[in-house]
Amino acid sequence: MGKKVALTGNEAAAHAIRQINPDVIAAFPITPSTPIPQTVAQFIADGEMDTELVTVESEHSAMSACIGAAAAGGRVMTATSANGYALMWEMLYIASGMRLPIVMAVVARALSSPLNIHGDHSDIMGGRDTGWIQLISENSQEAYDNIIQAVKIAENKNVMTPALVAQDGFNTSHTIEIWELEEDKKVKEFIGEYQPLYPMLNTDEPVTHGAWAPPNWYFEHKMNQLRGLLDAKDVVEKVGKEFGDVFGRHYGLYETYKLDDAEYVIVAAGSVCGTTKDVIDTLRENGVKAGLLKIRLFRPFPYKELADTLQSAKAIAVLDRVSPAGAQGGPLFTEIRSALYDTQTRAPIVNYTYGLGGRDTQPRHINSVFETLKRIVETGKVEKQFDCLNLRGEWR
Amino acid sequence: MAEKLLNWDEVLIGGTIKDPGNSKQYETGSWRVERPVWNPDTCIQCMFCWVYCPDSAIKVDENGKMAGIDYTFCKGCGICVEQCPSKPKSLKMILESQAKGKTEEELRKEVFSSEK
Ligand code: SF4
Ligand code: SF4
Repeated sequence: MGKKVALTGNEAAAHAIRQINPDVIAAFPITPSTPIPQTVAQFIADGEMDTELVTVESEHSAMSACIGAAAAGGRVMTATSANGYALMWEMLYIASGMRLPIVMAVVARALSSPLNIHGDHSDIMGGRDTGWIQLISENSQEAYDNIIQAVKIAENKNVMTPALVAQDGFNTSHTIEIWELEEDKKVKEFIGEYQPLYPMLNTDEPVTHGAWAPPNWYFEHKMNQLRGLLDAKDVVEKVGKEFGDVFGRHYGLYETYKLDDAEYVIVAAGSVCGTTKDVIDTLRENGVKAGLLKIRLFRPFPYKELADTLQSAKAIAVLDRVSPAGAQGGPLFTEIRSALYDTQTRAPIVNYTYGLGGRDTQPRHINSVFETLKRIVETGKVEKQFDCLNLRGEWR
Repeated sequence: MAEKLLNWDEVLIGGTIKDPGNSKQYETGSWRVERPVWNPDTCIQCMFCWVYCPDSAIKVDENGKMAGIDYTFCKGCGICVEQCPSKPKSLKMILESQAKGKTEEELRKEVFSSEK
C-alpha cells in the first residue's frame, strides 16, 4: 500500500526519481527546481539510490551528459527550470532527434528579463517544438504520478522520445500538499527494466549515434522522429490507464471537470486548474453551468480529442501563462482555436494571459473570466479576444 | 559505392548507423580548397599528423610509418600542418589551383625546393 505524505512538489519529483533509480542523472541547480537534484543527491548519499549523479557546470552540459549516458544505453533523468531549460536548447533537439528517452522534471518558471525566479510557463512553452513529449501537472500528486508514467511512455519502443514533466514553480514545487507515495517495489515493477535499442556500450554490435545527415537524408529522419512523437499519444493513454489499474489514479490525455453540460468553459494547464475547479464548484451551486478542460498532454497535442470535448460550450476562454509574444494569442489559445476550426462549433473563444512571473491568480480573477464568458453569450459580442488577468491597468 | 536512399519509415531510429565504417562512402576530399604537401626528407615520423587528422587521411604503411596523404578524404583543414613539429615543417599547405595538373613528386619539389 502507498502512504499519504505531506511534502512539496519538488520532493514529489525527487521521490519519483528515487524509486525509478535511473542509471545516470546529470543536473545543474536552478531555482525553483534546485531541491529536486538536491534531494536526490541526499538519497544517493544515504544509500537509497545507486544512480550516478554527474554534477556539471551548466544546463547545456547537463543535457549533453544526459545524451551521452542515454546513447550509451542508460536510463537517464534530469531536472531544470527557466533559463536552465533555455540553456539546454540545442541539446533538447539533439536528445529528441537521437530518440533518447530521457525524462526531465521541469519546474516551470519565468524567463528573464526582467529577472524573475517565479512560476509561469515561459520555459516549457518556448520549448514546445523541441520534439519532446510534454506532460503538465496540476499538483504534487500529478507531478509524482506523471514522472513515473513518463518513463514508461518515453521508453515505449514505438515512441523512444524524451519526455518532460512540468509542475508550476512555487505554486506546486514549494507548496506542501498531501499526496500518495506508492511503494518502491510497485513503482519499479510498473516501469520495468529499460531495454535500450542500440546502446553504444554494446561492443558486439557497434553503432554510430549522432552522425550527420545531408540534405538527401535529414528530412526522412525528421519525419521518422515525428512519427515517434505522434505515436506517444496512444501510449500516454494506455500507460495512464495501466497506472490507474495499479495505483488507483487513472489518467487520460486531458482531464475534464464538470465539462459534460458546461456552457462556459475555461481551458487551462497547471496549478491554476485547482483554483478554477473551486470557482466552478461555487458557480455550479448558483446554477451557472461552468466547466474546465485541463490540458495534461501538450505535446503531442491531442487536438481532435480536445476539440471534441468543447462542442457543447457556448463560450470558451483559454488561459495561457505566457506572453503571446506577437502571435494571435498564447500557444494554448492558438492550438485550441485551430483545433476547433475543423469542428461544428463556432462558439466564441477568448484568450487570457495570467500569472506571469509568479503573479497571483485568485478565485476572483477566474470568476471574472466566467463573468466575461456569460456576457459574451448574453450579448453575442466579443469585446476583447485577448486580455490579461490581474494586470495593473487595462490592456489595450 | 551508390548508397540506397531509404524512405522516412525505413530509416533507422534516431539517425543511428548500424554498419560502421560507412563514412568511407563519403569522399570529403571534394571539399578541399587547399591541400597539405608532404616532404619525406625532413619528416621525423612522429605521427602527430596521423593522431590529429580529423579524417584519417594520413596514410600509414605496414611498418606503421607516415606514408603520405590520402587526397580522397583529406578535406584540407590544415591541422596536420599546424601540428607538424619538425624543423622545417614536413607538411605545407598550398592552394588546390597551384596543385592542378601536377604529380605529387612535382609538387614536392616545387614546395620544398629550398629545404633539404
Ligand atoms: S589537411 Fe586536415 S584532413 Fe588533410 S591530412 Fe591534414 S589534417 Fe587531415
Ligand atoms: S607531423 Fe610532420 S614530422 Fe610528424 S610524421 Fe607527420 S609529417 Fe612527419
